[in-house]
Amino acid sequence: MGDLLRYRDDAATGAPVLALADFLAADNSVAVRIEPGEDARALLPHLGRIALIEVSFPAYGDGRGYSSARILREEGFTGELRATGDVLIDQLSHMTRCGFDAFAPAKPIAADAAAKAIATWPEVYQKTVDGRSPIWAKRHGG
Amino acid sequence: MYQYDSYDQAMVDARVEEFRGQVARRLSGELTEDQFKPLRLKNGLYLQLHAYMLRVAIPYGTLSGKQMRLLGDIADKYDRGYGHFTTRQNIQYNWIKLDDTPDILADLATVEMHAIQTSGNCIRNISSDHFAGAAADELVDPRPYAELLRQWSSFHPEFDYLPRKFKIAVIASDTDRAAMRLHDIGIQMVANEAGEIGARFYVGGGMGRTPMIAPVIREFVPALQMISYAEACLRVYNRYGRRDNKYKARIKILVHEIGADEYRRQVEEEFAHILTLGLEPPQAEFDRIAAFFADPGFESGLSDAVDRSDPDFALWLDQNTAAHKQPGYAVVVISLKPTGGIPGDASADQIRLMGDLGTAYSLDELRVTHTQNIVLPHVKKADLYTLWQKLDVAGLASANLDLISDIIACPGLDYCSLANARSIPLAQKISKRFADMDRQRDLGELKLKISGCINACGHHHAGHIGILGVDRKGTENYQLSFGGSEAADTSLGVITGPGFSEDGVVDALEKATDVYLTQRSEGERFLDTYRRIGMAPFKEAIYG
Repeated sequence: MGDLLRYRDDAATGAPVLALADFLAADNSVAVRIEPGEDARALLPHLGRIALIEVSFPAYGDGRGYSSARILREEGFTGELRATGDVLIDQLSHMTRCGFDAFAPAKPIAADAAAKAIATWPEVYQKTVDGRSPIWAKRHGG
Repeated sequence: MYQYDSYDQAMVDARVEEFRGQVARRLSGELTEDQFKPLRLKNGLYLQLHAYMLRVAIPYGTLSGKQMRLLGDIADKYDRGYGHFTTRQNIQYNWIKLDDTPDILADLATVEMHAIQTSGNCIRNISSDHFAGAAADELVDPRPYAELLRQWSSFHPEFDYLPRKFKIAVIASDTDRAAMRLHDIGIQMVANEAGEIGARFYVGGGMGRTPMIAPVIREFVPALQMISYAEACLRVYNRYGRRDNKYKARIKILVHEIGADEYRRQVEEEFAHILTLGLEPPQAEFDRIAAFFADPGFESGLSDAVDRSDPDFALWLDQNTAAHKQPGYAVVVISLKPTGGIPGDASADQIRLMGDLGTAYSLDELRVTHTQNIVLPHVKKADLYTLWQKLDVAGLASANLDLISDIIACPGLDYCSLANARSIPLAQKISKRFADMDRQRDLGELKLKISGCINACGHHHAGHIGILGVDRKGTENYQLSFGGSEAADTSLGVITGPGFSEDGVVDALEKATDVYLTQRSEGERFLDTYRRIGMAPFKEAIYG
């Protein structure tokens, strides 16, 4: 695993990150990893105690993790949401829009380049979970 | 027509700059071709057999004279003087240099155009009825809804790495001129019993190697929930569409495998959740967009009379114009299918001329049809003869709309790295064999569509007559099928039997049309006769 890019003020948890099945079987774990084929909604009953959810991207072209992230944020998850694996610089802005606030790319990405990539879009067309006001809202005073 | 505001322009400009940086990284060697590929595909740049191909988006096929002229200029400046109009209402250029592409995108951005999401596993350009805003039979203009979807789907962060490409079409009349049910999502704008406008969602249609006609997933989605419903449809697909096999990755396979009822149940569940999030643009935004599509300044009180004394003009008039909703106006279709030509191709000069004619005679509007022709939607009947003369001089007055030589063909093995067989030379051969216009008119409406491989970009499944090029032990071989339709009576063609050589398939075509001429009843098209008498008589003539 490469260097961690993290955009949060709190300290990262040092707790072990469990696979989903192990996490669901444990009572008190606070960190979990979900794979592309796993249902993020299985975590909904436990969101309150989770500090870190890793969303795994075994291949950049498999976009299921974007939906997983957005669903978790839509359901109120406020802990760290970390994209891991085949995470490329040109994907950071979309991932951020879907609620990721940390990245552990398999191949390291320089922090300044990452910051620039995340800021690619001056405006956005969709309302997502990143709190940005979409163009359609700005057009009408939002 | 829709016009960008500073927000729309900023988005397109940001994309040009982003891509300029990516191309620079590729040219410097910082990016390998493998790393660059997904980035260039997001900008419509393909690597074909001989060169890069750039596909430029023409949202719902509508463009202004100025935009059209710029497309002609690009053909001259960066290509070999030609552009190729596609079956998704776009244009592509087949001889592009990589280092020119950022400049081409910058040129496009000056006229509010781009190549965003014209390839890749994302939501592609939204297509629509090429007669929108002019057709006498439409409920409402479908384009404001298409524009709303265009903005929603542009740089959508969740749906940029779908299992496979995703195509959406929006229409608003019972006559389907957009092959709507052969799209991943087909939307027909309809009115409910209370007279409110909403969207009927068809999901899971498509061509390709497993053609399917989309079932209705919801009869009526209120117009102000359309984006939320589309979001739900896409989310279910993004999460559960197959990713193990690219040939089974389109949404049609998901809908087919789990069934329309189960897909609908999942979408409804997601939809209920999404409605709580407030993602839908407000009525005021729809109204803002719709105002751009208000009727252009039609004159009233114009005469419907047309002087038919020139017989060649009268033939073109009957074949290539359609009824307009406004008295005194007509819809004109410019055929890009001259005898022996390449279907959908136009020279830079022709493209610029069409732009000029659109400005002068069609209230500055043009359309691209999915059948690879160009529409001038709002022409005064009093101007038709002058317009026809100008088209005729430029080789653009072929009077063959919907006749056998109005062929759809994909680029095929002459350009495409996926193709198994050539499409263009076959289309040229067929149009030469049937060059006699009296014969073509006698054969009547006959939609012939040719694909050079099983991906079906030439829509062969939906052709009254379809031809599919395959590779048989190293030689090009052509399978013939009958009975497809992309219209409101959507159906899929059935293969006649063993395939043919290039010349053999033209001979077989001629035999099949002879069967039709012998067997047809009064008023029947080829398709109607085929549906009535079935395959057997055709088979006997072709193989007997």
